[in-house]
Formats: sequence, C-alpha cells, structure tokens
Amino acid sequence: MDILYKIFIEPFVFMGEAPDLLIQTLWEGLVSGVLYALIALGFVLIFKASGVFNFAQGIMVVFAALTLVGLYEAGVPAFLALILAVLIMLVLAVVVERVVLRPLVNQPDIILFMATFGLTYFLIGFGELIFGGNPKEMITSELYLPRGTTEVEMLGGFVRFQHLDIAATVIASIMIGLLAVFFSKTRIGRALRAVADSHKAALSVGISLNQIWVIVWFAAGIVALVAGIMWGARAGVSFSLQIIALKALPVLILGGFTSIPGAIIGGLIIGVGEKLGEFYWGPLVGGGIETWLAYVIALLFLLYRPQGLFGEKIIERI
Amino acid sequence: MLYREAGQFKTNYVADSAIFPLRQDRIGIGLIIVAAYALAFLGNDFLLQAVLIPFLVFSLASIGLNILTGYTGLLSLGTGAFMGVGAYACYKLMTAFPEVNVIVWILMSGFFSAAIGALFGLPSLRIKGFYLAVATLAAQFFLQWCFIRIPWLVNYNVSGALEAPLRTLFGIPIIGATATPQTRYLVVLTIVILLTWLASNLVHGRIGRMWIAIRDMDLAAELMGIRPLQTKLLAFAVSSYYCGVAGALLVFLWYGGAEYDVFNINQSFFILFMVIIGGLGSLIGSFFGAALIFILPIVLGIVLPAMLSPFGISVGADVIEHLRFMIVGALIIFFLIVEPHGLARLWQIGKQKLLVWPFPY
Repeated sequence: MDILYKIFIEPFVFMGEAPDLLIQTLWEGLVSGVLYALIALGFVLIFKASGVFNFAQGIMVVFAALTLVGLYEAGVPAFLALILAVLIMLVLAVVVERVVLRPLVNQPDIILFMATFGLTYFLIGFGELIFGGNPKEMITSELYLPRGTTEVEMLGGFVRFQHLDIAATVIASIMIGLLAVFFSKTRIGRALRAVADSHKAALSVGISLNQIWVIVWFAAGIVALVAGIMWGARAGVSFSLQIIALKALPVLILGGFTSIPGAIIGGLIIGVGEKLGEFYWGPLVGGGIETWLAYVIALLFLLYRPQGLFGEKIIERI
Repeated sequence: MLYREAGQFKTNYVADSAIFPLRQDRIGIGLIIVAAYALAFLGNDFLLQAVLIPFLVFSLASIGLNILTGYTGLLSLGTGAFMGVGAYACYKLMTAFPEVNVIVWILMSGFFSAAIGALFGLPSLRIKGFYLAVATLAAQFFLQWCFIRIPWLVNYNVSGALEAPLRTLFGIPIIGATATPQTRYLVVLTIVILLTWLASNLVHGRIGRMWIAIRDMDLAAELMGIRPLQTKLLAFAVSSYYCGVAGALLVFLWYGGAEYDVFNINQSFFILFMVIIGGLGSLIGSFFGAALIFILPIVLGIVLPAMLSPFGISVGADVIEHLRFMIVGALIIFFLIVEPHGLARLWQIGKQKLLVWPFPY
C-alpha cells in the first residue's frame, strides 16, 4: 500500500504544496521539449521528402555546431562563421545527395537507413579529425544570445527563467513557423509535399527529385545548425550531444514520422513528461530515469496508436 | 575445375533439401572447421585474443540479430541490452551456483535474455518498421539503466563491474585470469559452431519458413494460418537467446570482466552494421559482416601507419582512430551502393561463377 501511496498520491501532494517548483519543472520541460521538437523537425523534413529515416541528423547537429565554433576559434568573426557554417551545410547536402542518395535510389528503406549510419560514422571521424574531440564552448555572447536569469515571484516562491532558454524557445518557435509557411505557401514547399506523396507522380509533373533532396537536406542542415547552437549553449558542444539527438526519436514516433505539428506536440509531451517524471517519480527508483522514460512513454503510446499522434493512418493491403 | 556439380545426382527428397547440396561445399565447411580448431594451436595469443575470439562472439550476436531482422523482418536496436541481460544473468547464476559447470550457465543465461526479449517483443504485433526500432530503443535504455542502478545484479560489489571468477572445465581454467586465450578460443569456437548449426536447422525448417513468411508479408502469412504473435515472439526469444549467449561470452571469455557501458547503444548499432553489411537473412553473411566490421578497423590500425610513413607523414593514434571511423563509414556506404544485399550475395555470385568457370555462363 505504501508504494501505491508513493506513486499515486505523494507526488501530487508535493505538486500542490509547492506550485512554484511545479511551474519551474514545467518550464524546464517545455524548453527541452521545444528543443527536442527542433531536432525532430530535421528528421521529419527528410523523411517526408525522401522517405529516408536520417539517422545522421543527430551527428549533423553536432557537426554544424562544431563547424561554427571551430571556425570562430580559427579567427573568423562570429557572424561570418555562422554564414560559412550554413554554406558548409549546403555543401554537405549536395555531397550527400550526389554520393549517397542518388546511387541508392529505389532501394528498400532499411538500406537507405543504413547508409545514413555510414554517414554518421563518417561525420564523426571527419568532425573529430578536423575540430578535435574535446568539448567546446558555444559562442553565445558573440552571437548576441542573452545570458543570465530572471527570477519571477509567483505562487509563493521564485521561478527562475534562464534568458537563454527564453531565447531558445522564441527562436525555435520562429524557425518552426517559418518552416510551416515554407512548406504550405511556397512553390518549393508544394513540390516537397508532392514528392512526399509520390515520387513517381512528382517526377511526371516535372519536379526534379535531385533538387528537392538537396533542398530538404539543406533545410535539415540549417535546422541542425540552429539546434546545435541552442543545445550547444546549454550543454557544450561535444559528441555526446548525439545522445540528446537520439531523444528526438521517441518524439518522432509520438508525433508520427510525417507530421510537423506532430513533432512539435510530441516534443512538448516528451519534454514535459520527462522532467515531471524525473523530478516527482524519479527518486522512487533511484533517479536517472530521464534516459529511458521518453522511450517508455512513446512505447506505451504506440501500443494504443501505432501510427503516432498525427501520423497518416496505416492501411494495409495484400 | 574442382568445383563442379557434375556427377552428383539427388535420388531422394532429403538430398534435395540438403543445406549443402554439393559435395565440395560439405568438404569445404569441414575444412574450415578443422582449420578453425587448428588455429587454436597455430595462432599466437594476439590473434586469438584480439581478433578471433571477438570475431566469433560478434558473429554469434549477428546471427541472433539476423534471425530477428534478416529472417523475420523486425528491426531491433536493443541488441546490446539483450547481450547485457545474458552477461548479467550468467554472472548471477555462476556466482550463485558455483558447483554447476559454467558452460551450462553460459547456455542457460541465454534463456533469461530470451524471456526479456520476448517481453520487449510484445509491441511488435502492433507496430512495425522504424516505429518498432524506436520501441526497441526503450529496451536498450531501460535495461542499461537497470544494469547501472540495480547493484544486486553485480552482487553489490563496489566497482559495479562484472568480474570473471575462476571456473574450470575438466580441470582446465576457461574463465578467469588464469585461462589462456587458447582454451577460451576453443570454448567459444565450440559454442559458436554448435549454435550456428542449431540456427541453420531452425531457419531451414518449418519455423524458419514461418519467420520468412512473416517478413515477406505478415498479413498474407496470417491468412495462411501462421500465428503472427507466436511467430514474432519466438523470433524475439530465439534472437535474444543468441544475443544473450554472445553477451556472456563477450564478458567472460573475451574481456574477462566488464562494466555496464559495454552494452550501450553503440554496441547495438555495431551489430546491426554487421548484419546489414553481411547480408540480411543469411547465416554466412553474419560471419562475413562481423569479419568486415570488426577485423577491418584492426587491420586499418596496422596498415594505415605503415602506408603513411613512406610519405613522411607520421600520424598519432587519435588521427588513426578518426580515419578509421571515416573509412568504416565510407565503406558502409560503398558496400550498400555496390551490393545492397550484402557480402553474402557477393559470396553466392562468386560460387555461381566458380561453378561455370572458365565459361561466363
């Protein structure tokens, strides 16, 4: 009985007793949720347009951030480094399309999935070779990202908001909004959706698959760069960021692989659920449950709705 | 000239469905097994300890994953954790019942990971493809967390690591600090051969056909009277059994002791690489894949400095490591482009060509 009390009653009593702590936890969950959503967005972009489950998205985040910091350390001014990093992501997109995607067109999904594994390994080796394996500091102040904290008095306590977190949330939201407009309003966006629907039909109305792939990989690269800057500012730029990027996977399956709103809502659910779970229920089992809670939430959710929240309904025919 | 099927007539159905229909193949496999045993006495300690033992261990794990991913078509990223379950189960059993022979416990430990595997395989009935892969990640991270947080699993020892106690077979130490690479190699080789033989019989028989039917189209298989739940769970269980035994071998017969970190997510990916490079749905492919992915970096580590030194470029160990990553990554992409069906297909094509040699067809 005691254990049931600890699971079902005590955390909620605690939440009621200290609402400021609850708000703090929710805020932190919200911020990491937005950032998870940002990483997940990169996956969704590529999956929608080419049906490739891009495992290398995580390493692209690290690689983009490393490039930015590495260039800055080499003496390039911060904003020039940012532009150069964007250009390097463009080059990466072109190279990936040429070398990896084009020869593998029409192969089964799992083969393309594996190819992105190969890409991951290559980028890990390449990034470490050029920029070194040591963790680096993200250049926050040079990019005019705010620092410091604001404490707001509410509900009988203080809630602390990191300025950086606020900036991250705002930038990520703008980014997501821009991508949504890009997808629904522009010519290229419509072409992207056509490709996502059917490669053959898109080709027959004169859409160039190769161009579209370069564009989505480039867009995913920019998303990776933004995600890299934000995560890098919070946790330092190193290859361990890759593990954070893996967290985007439960977000994806929660939201559905093909849905941008799904990625955002999934990100928020995972981010908030993870922080709440860790803070209120984690101590019961010794803490550290953050590493797997997201996956278990997603797994339970999948049992109920196999295609995710906003995924297209899976229709099977023989 | 030697490799011909001329003159070998099949006179009954048993001969027709043999795994090695050609006499040359049967002789070849026999020679390979004899050579593998002979290597124990011919090879030096480095070859046995750093190359052959891990190669065999990874081959066994690849066979396990191949049963699940290659034969049944269920993508899993939890291999590392299932290997861990085997290793931890083996450790618990070994230390709780030291009087029973350790070989028994190595083989038994697989059943624990089979049970865990079947448990995490339950969602596979409802979810497929990449969704399932992410679901198995839940197993990976949850189990890894258990390895860290439950001190009971390592008998409350302070270091939190698995340590191999001294165990003997016929009075010869096979596990522990005093076991020589030679005896450990022989034990691993024997277990791997036995389990491979078993796997071969499984996948060529009724069960294997059920798995393949599920892989090719689960709805159609269900209509033909194959029960998807039982078949998929069986695949998860058998696959995890192999992974579990491989995990126990990895810790106790290769490393001699290990921490939870050995069974991290990279291990899972590593084995998935082997399966796909080797060839999905092929047992021999599992060996090829393990050889390529595991032995290639070792060879590169030796060859690269030798290749670069004539040009006056002396490179540090870290650069070699990075180059290795790049080359392995590039090779994976290269192999996928050249032969998406893996090394096993290349092997098949090679044998086909050999049969008709010197004519093109």
